[in-house]
Amino acid sequence: MESNFEALAEAWPRILDGLWITLQLTLGGALLAMVIAVVLGLGSRLHNIVLRGLCRAIMEFFRGTSLVVQLFFFFFVLPQLGLALPAMVCGILGLGLNYGAYAAEVVRGSINSVPTGQWEATTALSMSKSQQMIRVIFPQAWALMIPSLTNYLIHMLKGTAIVSFITLADLTYHTEQLREQTDTFFAYGVSLVIYFVIAYILTLIMNALEVRAKHRLGRGESLREALTPKTPETAAAEGGRKA
Amino acid sequence: MPTTTDPHAAAGDGTAAAVPAIRFENVEKRFGDNVVLKDLNFEVAKGDRVTLIGPSGSGKTTILRLVMTLESLSDGYIYIDGEPLTHELRDGKRVARSEKAQKQIRKRIGMVFQQFNLFPNMTVLENIIEAPVHVLGQSKAEATKRAMELLESVGLPGKANAHPLQLSGGQQQRVAIARALAMDPDILLLDEVTSALDPEIVGEVLGILRHIAETTDITMLIVTHEMQFARDVSNRVMMFDGGRVVEEATPDVMFTNPQHERTQAFLHAVLGSGDGHIGTH
Ligand SMILES: Nc1ncnc2c1ncn2[C@@H]1O[C@H](COP(=O)(O)OP(=O)(O)OP(=O)(O)O)[C@@H](O)[C@H]1O
Ligand SMILES: [Mg+2]
Repeated sequence: MESNFEALAEAWPRILDGLWITLQLTLGGALLAMVIAVVLGLGSRLHNIVLRGLCRAIMEFFRGTSLVVQLFFFFFVLPQLGLALPAMVCGILGLGLNYGAYAAEVVRGSINSVPTGQWEATTALSMSKSQQMIRVIFPQAWALMIPSLTNYLIHMLKGTAIVSFITLADLTYHTEQLREQTDTFFAYGVSLVIYFVIAYILTLIMNALEVRAKHRLGRGESLREALTPKTPETAAAEGGRKA
Repeated sequence: MPTTTDPHAAAGDGTAAAVPAIRFENVEKRFGDNVVLKDLNFEVAKGDRVTLIGPSGSGKTTILRLVMTLESLSDGYIYIDGEPLTHELRDGKRVARSEKAQKQIRKRIGMVFQQFNLFPNMTVLENIIEAPVHVLGQSKAEATKRAMELLESVGLPGKANAHPLQLSGGQQQRVAIARALAMDPDILLLDEVTSALDPEIVGEVLGILRHIAETTDITMLIVTHEMQFARDVSNRVMMFDGGRVVEEATPDVMFTNPQHERTQAFLHAVLGSGDGHIGTH
């Protein structure tokens, strides 16, 4: 057991390197996925049937094909077509397109759930299409989509583990290495704990975003209030206020 | 806009006052197979306050929504100040007008909704200055100054930085009225603006609308179940049934001496009194 921890201490700098790769993939993939989700989500609501069809086809394609095969395609096939991308770029591209296609459905659905009265009010005020979306509809849809986006973000974090197939030495790769010096139980245990901690931190951040987004819509407490520990007195006062 | 004016408008005595603010010409509106409005013709003169009454489902809301371009016109034409709104007759063909042309006209029309429809992602002040700044191109300072005056006039001077959802229904509706007025509309459409409110706050909202009617020359098209309000504010009442105007008259005549039996039956039902009279004080 002691030798396990010695091995872990020895491997720790490499595990941190792997963690860094995993975080880059997760955050890079999430940013790209968000951009793609918004573009495809909005595109799939267009009146123009050609553009709408194209967006839907892209969504279905990337949801319907496996992430591993997409990564292989970017990493092994594209170079043969004369386009050699670094492994990290391939990883972010694959994750971003795949999860972006899923999240596009969330964006589309959330926009559709903003009450029609809101759209009608923007028309009555002669706002343009882009003003409607940017200033009124999207900010309201944003609060609705965060819980589902959080889900996909955590899925994506876990999905990054497959990039070791395209030569990236991520967290999973390095804990796998650790297994050779320690034992299966220990190495995978370490891996589980690290993934769980990252996932938990990401969830907390997304929950904070959700609290803030809801507060901006006049629903629920502000982030500051939510983070203030409640003593029995303040909780009672709050209960009194609500009653 | 010489190429796109109402052919009938010029047929009057040629003065601008003769051009109606709103004119429906052979308007038809269908939802699928359901023909809601058929061959509908009516005019609203500039500065008129017209109340539409009629049984549920008779198409009153649909008429307002057509004017606000929230519904598409199935057939016929709507003219605003003599200018075609969504469709025009060009070379003998009925063609849709460009979004740009429609927007120019839409800017002159305001609407207050039953459900208020304030933007919850903005404060009260932001709700009011949003369109003046981003649609009319007013400066923020200018729009804010006007918004503050409007909030004052609807009795909510202290609520500029409140969130819409923190306000009562009556307060939200007053903000919605201020928001519509901030666009300086020539035409204001009011669709049952007090129906979602508790009875005890209906009066405050109607009071504000009455004040607007007295102090401005905005053309108003009003749908309401508040017959007393219709009587106080409007100078003309139109009774709708089956997608047509069955009777139109001044409120005095309409509420005391309706001619058409459909009107008599309707007023009898909504007023719930034996003689069908209201406000004969
Ligand atoms: N979006 C829609 N789709 C299908 N049918 C509709 C739609 N909107 C209205 N209708 C139909 O059009 C008819 C007229 O509706 P409208 O809302 O204009 O009536 P109204 O006179 O305002 O009634 P109320 O007094 O109940 O508000 C009704 O038969 C209604 O079912
Ligand atoms: Mg109605």
